[in-house]
Amino acid sequence: MADNSTDIKFNENSFKKIEKHNVDEQEKISAPSLTFFQDAVRRLKKNKAAVISFWLLALIVVFSIISIWWTPSDPNAQHVAYANLPPKIANGQIPGFTGKANVGGRIVDKYAQAKVPSGTYYVLGTDYLGRDLFSRLMKGIALSLLIGFLATLFDLVIGVPYGVVSGWKGGRVDTLMQRFIEIISSIPNLVIVILMLLLFTPGLGSIVVAMGITGWITMARLVRAETLTLKTQEYVLAARTLGESPFKIAIKHLVPNLSSTIIIQTMFSIPTAIFFEAFLSFIGIGIPAPNASLGTLLSDGQKTFRFLPYQMWYPAAAISIIMIAFNLLADGLRDAFDPKTQE
Amino acid sequence: MANDSQATPKKLIEVKHLKQYFNAGRPNEVKAIDDISFDIYEGETFGLVGESGSGKSTTGRSIIRLYNPTSGEIKFYGEDISKIKHKDMLKFRREMQMIFQDPYASLNPRMKVKDIIAEGLDIHHLVKNDEERDARVNELLDLVGLSRDHATRYPHEFSGGQRQRIGIARALAVEPKFIIADEPISALDVSIQAQVVNLLRDIQKEQNLTYLFIAHDLSMVKYISDRIAVMHNGRLMELSTASEVYDHPLHPYTKSLLSAVPLPDPMYERNRHRKPYDDSIEHDGKERSLKEIVPGHFVLATDEEVSLYQASAEEYNEK
Amino acid sequence: MEKILDVKDLQINFDTFAGQVKAIRNVSFHLNKGETLAIVGESGSGKSVTVRSIMGLLANNAHVDNGSIDFKGKDLLKATPRELESIRGNDISMIFQDPMTSLDPTMPIGKQVAEPLLIHGSMSKKKAMARAEEVLELVGITNAKNRMKDYPHQFSGGQRQRIVIAISIVNYPEVLIADEPTTALDVTIQAQIIDLMKELQNKIETSIIFITHDLGVVAGIADRVAVMYAGKIIEYGSVDEIFYNPQHPYTWGLLNSMPTLDTSSDRLYAIPGTPPNLLNPPAGDAFAPRNPYAMQIDYEQMPPFYKVTDTHYAATWLLDPQAPKVEPPAAIKKRQEEYHQLVAEGKIQSSVKGGAKDGE
Repeated sequence: MADNSTDIKFNENSFKKIEKHNVDEQEKISAPSLTFFQDAVRRLKKNKAAVISFWLLALIVVFSIISIWWTPSDPNAQHVAYANLPPKIANGQIPGFTGKANVGGRIVDKYAQAKVPSGTYYVLGTDYLGRDLFSRLMKGIALSLLIGFLATLFDLVIGVPYGVVSGWKGGRVDTLMQRFIEIISSIPNLVIVILMLLLFTPGLGSIVVAMGITGWITMARLVRAETLTLKTQEYVLAARTLGESPFKIAIKHLVPNLSSTIIIQTMFSIPTAIFFEAFLSFIGIGIPAPNASLGTLLSDGQKTFRFLPYQMWYPAAAISIIMIAFNLLADGLRDAFDPKTQE
Repeated sequence: MANDSQATPKKLIEVKHLKQYFNAGRPNEVKAIDDISFDIYEGETFGLVGESGSGKSTTGRSIIRLYNPTSGEIKFYGEDISKIKHKDMLKFRREMQMIFQDPYASLNPRMKVKDIIAEGLDIHHLVKNDEERDARVNELLDLVGLSRDHATRYPHEFSGGQRQRIGIARALAVEPKFIIADEPISALDVSIQAQVVNLLRDIQKEQNLTYLFIAHDLSMVKYISDRIAVMHNGRLMELSTASEVYDHPLHPYTKSLLSAVPLPDPMYERNRHRKPYDDSIEHDGKERSLKEIVPGHFVLATDEEVSLYQASAEEYNEK
Repeated sequence: MEKILDVKDLQINFDTFAGQVKAIRNVSFHLNKGETLAIVGESGSGKSVTVRSIMGLLANNAHVDNGSIDFKGKDLLKATPRELESIRGNDISMIFQDPMTSLDPTMPIGKQVAEPLLIHGSMSKKKAMARAEEVLELVGITNAKNRMKDYPHQFSGGQRQRIVIAISIVNYPEVLIADEPTTALDVTIQAQIIDLMKELQNKIETSIIFITHDLGVVAGIADRVAVMYAGKIIEYGSVDEIFYNPQHPYTWGLLNSMPTLDTSSDRLYAIPGTPPNLLNPPAGDAFAPRNPYAMQIDYEQMPPFYKVTDTHYAATWLLDPQAPKVEPPAAIKKRQEEYHQLVAEGKIQSSVKGGAKDGE
C-alpha cells in the first residue's frame, strides 16, 4: 500500500481548484433506453433454440394461413385409383421422394402402376383413399394452430380476468373462486368430452367447449398467485392512494406486470391444447372424417404403418416439431422475461 | 423546529382510539394497532418511530385508508375519514399522499417516468391536454431536482435516490396538504439519504406541507421532526417534541431504544451503556393510556405511574 | 502485529451485457490477528465483492484479473476448489446479511450448528452436538440444551441471527467475515449483536472483517476502518483516525451527511450527485465530480496513498505537498479539534506518538 508516485506529471494547473461542478452531467443517463420488452427480446435472441423455434413456428403459421385459401390439391377429394402412392417430388430424383416403393422385395414405381400422368405427383404421397397427404397435413396443422389460438383465447378471456379478480378481491371471494376452480379441474377433460358427445356430434365444437371449461385453469391459478404478490407492491399501493379505480389498476399496473407470466403460460398451454385435440381425434372422438387433423392423420397412418410408414411419419414429425418448438420457445421466453430463474 | 410559542396551531389530523386488527376474531388475530390517539398540527413534521412489527407502517396505511380501520376515528380537518367511501374518497385522495419505503418496488417497472408522475394528474383530471400534462411533469421533475430528459425513461435506469425523487414527484402532482412518508430513506445510501431529506424539507417549506414521517432511524427522525411518537407493540409509548423525547425520555422503552442508536463517534461508542428493556411491564394487565406528565410530554402510564414519571421528569430539570 | 490475511492489488471485473464492469480496482488491505477491520462503503462500492472473493463465492460472470489473497502463506485465489472448501467454514467463515434465508427451515437448529463440524470431519456426531450446544449457549440462546431440536421459525429475528453467528463460529474460525450482519435488524437487536460479536472475539480470538454502510456501527465495533468508493479503498486507518481525523473529502462527506443526535441545523450536508458508473470508471479520482474540493488533477490522475500517520493513509491529492491548504467542513473541523484534544488528554493513542505498531 505504499506510494506509487512513479510517472505522475504535474503542470501548473494541476492543483487549481475546480469551481464549477457539473453534477447534472453525472445524472445524465447515457445508455440507450431499453424498454422491458426490448430487454427481454435481447435476452431471447441469445437463446439459439428459442430463436430457431420461433422462426420454425413462424414458417408453420405462414403455411397454415396459406392453407386457408390454397392447398396443392383438395385435401378431401378422393381418387381411389391413386390410393397409397408414396411421396414423390418432380421427376422423383430426390431420395425418399422417388415415388417408388418396396413391394415384396422389389422396387416398384407406384406412380407408373397407378397410371398417374407424368407431371402429377404427391409430395407426401396419398392415403388409402387417394387423398393428397401434403394438403391434408397443411390442413391438419392449420387446425392444430386454430386449436392453439382458441386455447390462447380462453386463457386470455377467461383465465386472466378470473385470476386477477380472484387475487385482487382476496378474502371470501377468492376462496369461493378457488373452490370453483378446484371442482371443475377435478373432472378429467376426457370425461367432459365424452359427456359432450351426448349433447353434440363429435367435432371442433365439443373440443372447444371442453377447453373452454377447463383449459384456462392453470392460467387463472398462476395469474391469481402473481396478483396476490403484485397487489402488495408499493406502486399498486401508490395508485390506490392516488384514487385509481380497481379496473384501471388492473389495466395499468397488474396486467403489464403479469404480461411475462401470461405470455409464458400461453406458450405452454398451446402445445397442451394441440396435443389434446390430436389425442381426441386419434381415439376417434375428435374431428370427424373426412376432415384432416394431425390426430386423424396419425390414426389413419398408424393402421398401415408397417407397410406405408410415410403415412404416419410426416404427421408424427409435424406434431413433434410443433410441440417441441412451442416448448423451447416458452422456455426461452421464461428465461428472457425472468432473468432470475436462469442461474 | 417546534413552535410552542405560537397560538394553538390548527389540527390537521386527529387520530382517536384507532384500532387496526387483522384477521379479527380468528385464532390468528393480529392487533397491529391497539388503541392509539394523537394529533398532527398543520405545518409540522410528526415523527413516528418504532421497530419492525411495532405497527408504525400500519398506522400510516390506516390513516391514508389503504386499510379499513377496525374501530376508532381519523379526523382530517375535523371530518371523520375512517369510513368514507367512493366519491368522497376520491376527493380525499388528493389531499393526502404517501411516499413509500422501497424505491425499487414503488415505481411500476413497465411505465415511463412521465406516466408515473402524471398518474395522479390523469385520475383527478388536473390537466386538459398532453401539452399541459408534459408541462406539469417537467415542472415536477424540476422541483425534485431531476432532469427533463428523464421523463421518457423507465424506472430501472435510475438509482435508488433518483427513484425516490420520482416517487416524491408523483405524490406532489396532486398538490396534497399532508404527506405520509413511510421510511422514505431507509433503503438509500448514507450520502443519498441527506439529499432526499433536504428535498423533503425544502418542499415542505415551499408548499406548506404537513408530514407524518415514519422511520426506525432515530437520528434522522430527530433531525426532521417537530414532535415524535414512539410506538411499540401497536401502542404509543411516549409522545412529545423531538428534543424532549431525545433529551428527556421518560418511558423505559424510549430510553432503551435511544441507548441502542449507534453514533459515528468511537469514544461515545466505547462508553455506551445499553439499557435493556423488559416488555413484561406492559403485560401486567393494568389499564394504561397516554398521560400528560409535563406539559406537552405524554407517556403511556397507569394513574399510579404518573407520579413516578413526573418525578423522573423533575430529575432532568435538576440536572 | 501478525497479518493473518493479506490482500494485494485485487482487481475484479464483471462481464455484463453492456460491457465490463470494473468492480474492484486495485484493492489492497490486510487483516491483523485479533482485530476487527471494518470495510465501509455504499452500495456498488465493491465492499461485498471484495470479501466474497476471499471466500471464493463470486458470481459466474466475475473474474479476478489480478492480485493475491494471502492467508497463512497460501494464495486463496490460486487454491483448488477442494482446498477452498476445507478453508471455508473452517478457517474462514462468513455471516450473511439475512438471518431469514441463511437458515434451513427444515432442519433443527442443533443439527445446523453442528453441520460445519461434521462436514469438515474430525469430530464424532456426539461431540459435534455437544459443541453446538456450547456455542449456542455462547451466542446467548438461553436454555440451549432444550432448544437444539427446535426449528428456525420458532425463534425471533434476533435469535436467528445469533444462530447464524453460532454456525459461523462453531469451528472457531481464525477469520470471520460479516457481510452487513445487522442491516436487517432493529436497532436494539443490532446493538445486542454487535456486543455479542465483540464478546465472541475476545472469547474465541478470531479476527473479523466487518462489512457495513452504517458508520455508527463501525464506530462501535472496528479497530481499523477502510473506506471504499467506486471499487477502490480511498482511506484507511484506525477507527479514531478515520472518525476524528479523516482526510479524504468522501469520508468528510459521509461523516457530515449523518445527523448526530445533536444536529439541528436547517439543512443536512448532502454529497451531491451519484456514484460513477464502473463500466467506464473515470480517469482520475472517481469522487472528483462530487467533490467540492476537487482540483484539476483530480480529473486527470488517480491519487496515490499519502501517509498521514504510520497507520493512516488516504488517497487524495489534497494531501500532496503542492496542494493548497483547504478548510474541511465545520463539523469535520470540530471532529479534528476533538481528536487533538483526545490525543492530548491521552484518551486515544496517536500512532505518530505511540510509534509504528502497524507500519508497513
